[in-house]
Amino acid sequence: MISAKTRFHGYRRENGRVGVRNHVLILPVDDLSNAAAEAVANNVKGVLAIPHPYGRLQFGADLDLHFRTLIGAGSNPNVAAVVVICIEEGWAKRVVDGIAKTGKPVTGFGIELHGDHDTIMRASKVAKQYLQWASELNKEECPLADLWVSTKCGESDTTSGCGSNPTVGNAFDKLEPFGVTMCFGETTEITGGENIVADRCATPQVREQWMKMFNRYQEVINRHKTNDLSESQPTKGNIAGGLTTIEEKALGNIQKIGKKCKVIGVMDKAETPTRPGLWFMDSSSAAAEMVTLCAASGYVVHFFPTGQGNVIGNPILPVIKLTANPRTARTMSEHIDLDVSGLLQRQKNMDQCGDELLEVMLRTCNGRLTCAEALGHREFVLTRLYESA
Amino acid sequence: MIHFLVHDKKDTVGVIVVEGIKAGQELTGWLMEDDSTLKVKALNDIPIGHKLATRPIRNGDTIIKYGFDVGKAIADIKVGEHAHVHNLKTKRW
Repeated sequence: MISAKTRFHGYRRENGRVGVRNHVLILPVDDLSNAAAEAVANNVKGVLAIPHPYGRLQFGADLDLHFRTLIGAGSNPNVAAVVVICIEEGWAKRVVDGIAKTGKPVTGFGIELHGDHDTIMRASKVAKQYLQWASELNKEECPLADLWVSTKCGESDTTSGCGSNPTVGNAFDKLEPFGVTMCFGETTEITGGENIVADRCATPQVREQWMKMFNRYQEVINRHKTNDLSESQPTKGNIAGGLTTIEEKALGNIQKIGKKCKVIGVMDKAETPTRPGLWFMDSSSAAAEMVTLCAASGYVVHFFPTGQGNVIGNPILPVIKLTANPRTARTMSEHIDLDVSGLLQRQKNMDQCGDELLEVMLRTCNGRLTCAEALGHREFVLTRLYESA
Repeated sequence: MIHFLVHDKKDTVGVIVVEGIKAGQELTGWLMEDDSTLKVKALNDIPIGHKLATRPIRNGDTIIKYGFDVGKAIADIKVGEHAHVHNLKTKRW
């Protein structure tokens, strides 16, 4: 059980935020720079390259989101230092300048006029310095108020709504009084429960912003849908697991926000919350996209309830998986950090499971690797808003 | 042994929470809202995580789960019958 005296050991960064991991990131700005970034990570053991397929010919809001996500990922307090690589220097500098606002060490490299070999050599030298510097940083005792916790569920089934999602809700209700900064998202996956979320908004202004965000995403669905979204939303896996309609999935989904927490604000994708409490972030419901946005938003640990067994991880954000489905806990045990299937047989109650999740969270913050980290799941997936130019 | 869960008293469906439910089996359900139990006989083999009707449902009726509207029936569904995408559908999109 957590209390005002509960502490965890984290890395306090230059800007005062606290991280629970100590990564040196090799961050490509575009697809063309992946090869150099991965070569640097091969040269310098222990740094982390996060390749991705985008960054060329994007424009407008889609480009803004691209930069916001990369700068946010580099700025995340789980990251000690960053090497940025881009095909040209101008956009490398834009990302470097964004990350530098945190005060952490960051250097950028452009490939043009140098080629891969020279870039890899220069970037590797800096990466090695950063890695050795970061390896001497010490953890310190931190109160829960320094913690930022996000949530998103995946490959949900009916057991998610019965067990694993309300376990997260129970944990959120317990974290909220201690000044923890939290978020949930998955805008379309609240379809059928939008009024329940609206009723949980702290002020009429937040309620209005929430409904505006929800309705905008509904318009996107209506514009592009064919007959309905069967097998996309709910997914084929959701349906195999017993879910039938988006409304049923949504009502299970929103169990994650507990019974007491108020929604104190809404954010656009990859934006940063400005005060403690529960935030809603507009996002896709695709697991890797949403968790990547949480990392870019500044969250340092993530609760991921699953039904059928989504195996996702993230390079920056430790992803803690829990399931209430006894078959998933048995057949996919290497992916499950916490088995709460006892809830479905009345062997455990929600309060016990919420406490167990908080214990796993504190152990994870103190350094225990999650299943996803141990298995090398590093899905870094950027959200796109529309076609490139 | 709990075979299925029902979230709310108003619900018309329950969730199977054990593997290998066979047609004809007498099932025990847990109504979570008031911690009571109920009995239903399964009319089909029903996989874990899938639902069964806990009340008689007519074609066109609203399906209630968590105490809320989760879609509509597109066929009559008997008590104990498997309730899934073949006999219920979203009201959205």
